[in-house]
Amino acid sequence: MHRRHRRDQVEREAALTQATMAHGARADGTAYVEGPVKLFVLAAVFWGIIGFVAGDFIAWQLAIPALNLDLEWTSFGRLRPLHTSAVIFAFGGNVLLGTSLYVVQRTCRARLYGGDAMGHILFWGYQIFIVLAAVGYVLGITQGREYAEPEWYTDLYLTVVWVLYLAAFVGTILKRREPHIYVANWFYLAFIVTIALLHLGNNMAVPVALLGGDTWWKSYSLFSGVQDAMTQWWYGHNAVGFFLTAGFLAIMYYFVPKQANRPVYSYRLSIVHFWALIFLYIWAGPHHLHYTALPDWAQTLGMVFSVMLWMPSWGGMINGLMTLSGAWDKLRTDPVLRFLVVSVGFYGMSTFEGPMMSLKAVNSLSHYTDWTVGHVHSGALGWVAFISFGAIYFMVPALWKRRSLYSLKLVSLHFWIATLGIVLYITAMWVSGIMQGLMWRAYDELGFLQYSFIESVEAMKPYYIIRATGGLLFIAGAVIMAYNLYRTIKGDVAEGARDSVPAGAAVGAQR
Amino acid sequence: MADHPERDEITGRYTTGHEWDGIKELNTPLPKWWVWVFYVCIAWSVVYSVVYPSWPAMAGFFGGVAGWNARSDLAADLDAAREARSEWLTQIAAKDVSEVLEDDTLRRYAMRGGEVLFKENCAPCHQTGGAGARGYPTLADDEWLWGGTPDAILTTIRYGIRDQDNDETRFSEMTAFGEWELLTPEQIEAVASFVFALSNGEAPEEGEGYDIFVQQCSACHSAVPGTADGEGNQMLGGPPLNNRIFLYGGTQEDIASQVFKPTHGVMPPWENRLSDEEIKQLAVYVHSLGGGE
Repeated sequence: MHRRHRRDQVEREAALTQATMAHGARADGTAYVEGPVKLFVLAAVFWGIIGFVAGDFIAWQLAIPALNLDLEWTSFGRLRPLHTSAVIFAFGGNVLLGTSLYVVQRTCRARLYGGDAMGHILFWGYQIFIVLAAVGYVLGITQGREYAEPEWYTDLYLTVVWVLYLAAFVGTILKRREPHIYVANWFYLAFIVTIALLHLGNNMAVPVALLGGDTWWKSYSLFSGVQDAMTQWWYGHNAVGFFLTAGFLAIMYYFVPKQANRPVYSYRLSIVHFWALIFLYIWAGPHHLHYTALPDWAQTLGMVFSVMLWMPSWGGMINGLMTLSGAWDKLRTDPVLRFLVVSVGFYGMSTFEGPMMSLKAVNSLSHYTDWTVGHVHSGALGWVAFISFGAIYFMVPALWKRRSLYSLKLVSLHFWIATLGIVLYITAMWVSGIMQGLMWRAYDELGFLQYSFIESVEAMKPYYIIRATGGLLFIAGAVIMAYNLYRTIKGDVAEGARDSVPAGAAVGAQR
Repeated sequence: MADHPERDEITGRYTTGHEWDGIKELNTPLPKWWVWVFYVCIAWSVVYSVVYPSWPAMAGFFGGVAGWNARSDLAADLDAAREARSEWLTQIAAKDVSEVLEDDTLRRYAMRGGEVLFKENCAPCHQTGGAGARGYPTLADDEWLWGGTPDAILTTIRYGIRDQDNDETRFSEMTAFGEWELLTPEQIEAVASFVFALSNGEAPEEGEGYDIFVQQCSACHSAVPGTADGEGNQMLGGPPLNNRIFLYGGTQEDIASQVFKPTHGVMPPWENRLSDEEIKQLAVYVHSLGGGE
């Protein structure tokens, strides 16, 4: 017993030294800010599970309306923004802030600008934003703008936090001790700057209290009619483009080459696709408003910019996948790398599907149907969540100075169960969405609509159940991850795992 | 850190010489296919923007060489649909519902149109196919509260039932025998027990319940007032009670509760929401659901 304990300790110390040497301070003793990054990782896991559960609950509500519970606070209308914001801004946001602070320090060989204090201010500042927003949704305090529901006071508050974040990030880059700025940091910076712009542009609102209104929290948009709709979808589309794409591409550019231990496939491609993506994405928003009151010329521009966006998006996929050349065999043994690589695959799939759905002919079928929901989730679950899981599995042993994860078998189980969940989700939504679209446009030979709306709703039910079941699997995977991370942080290593950690998969050993 | 390129053994490519936290980059050229597909997408976009409305200007916008726009597209679609329908609709407008029913082709058209209208407007209460639900009469059987002839159905749809604002609406209200203390609880039990038996074809021809029914109920619920035939009265909207069809439940408790304080359903008048031709098509459809008279 005693001897075993000593042996563990010796091993741990050896691993610690190795870990510090390899990634902490590359022989120059830079002490990176890690405490707040750890908090961001924990918060991401926490909010992720809450957001997934909220999403699955409303998925079941669609199949079984009684689950609305006849209470305003638990109705679909209030929980749906709670779900979208929890997964995008709480889960995704914490992943982005956490990884960006982790990556920018290491790739700049510089301590975070503002140090630990800045890290903690960002962490707690951002969590308060999440809570302010969530409380508003449940109480019905909303601007009614998709993905921008928080009212003016929450918006102003977030602006302050975001400016601090920008300062910390840019400050760290300015302090860098590397001659060049790494591509991941370009993407992070594009994400931070553009989100600031979008946030300010789409939340131009006047609190009614300023004009003698009674409700202190209520505000009205500065824009009206179709201009308001266009502003909203300029924002909505670019929230996807810069929050969920550019930000997570930054994650990919650091964690894929790290975990595969291979050089990035093409430096030139990274430059060209970065600038093309940044330039083109911002124009594509009008494709959310095809066949509406939006002028034809704006619809055309939204569509053609989406089509031109296809290859710039795929540039990221190529760089991610081809970085694996010479390391494909690692996919067999390393489930963390599998998460990262499969996420890039899903990224490629949904960035093909997106431009295709922006074509007006396709959009006339797909718009307002479950196909859109399926498309979003192949991106959200397959790309955003999977790359996040990969990055979290990478960072936890590194941050807590553990030799490896508690159990790679559990990572593998998480991978398969979550993949199965995603496949159930998106195939169900493809079938139901296309069926919905076809039912809505079906005419009989006398010129009458073939189906009533309620018949299309009835036809959805089996697919709603399949989708919600897929969601349950996805949640199960996330819970397995949380357990695995908990044991890792505790310092445990699963029985038998110590000796059978495949070379290259021992997460702590490579860096 | 090392600012001189190295050769990667696996791919044979050189790196750029940059290195960040152990990450290096290969100096691979852009994939040819990628560049070409990108060019093709751009070229297609340019062509599309020339053909269709695209660039905004200070005043107005470039309308595209094809002269297409979504509004005229929609107008053309709607015109075509209106044109295709007008032939039928003028005929339906000129005839009354029973005439439409006699004309085979016209009836078939009205049936289809009525079905679509029914699913959008009526099915939420009366259910698909007129199956009915508690409180919402079944339209697929031959029991009618206000009559099942084509014209009676048309009137019900057009003016609704117990609508507050429509002067022509169907209206009746059953007495709240219990709430207004016109009958004692014991008497209500007795008459409820009688009606329950009547609905099962086992009604006694004497007794307290029988007497109360003849005195209090038969005016509206019997074809011959003063008898206990329980055939109902469509003029007054009094439902038949001599069968097992009940709008608010057929147990003795349900019946007693209805005698104590009746529930009355309402139906909106459709004359302001649907055109006359549409209401006629609906009447044809409802008439054909199972029990048209």
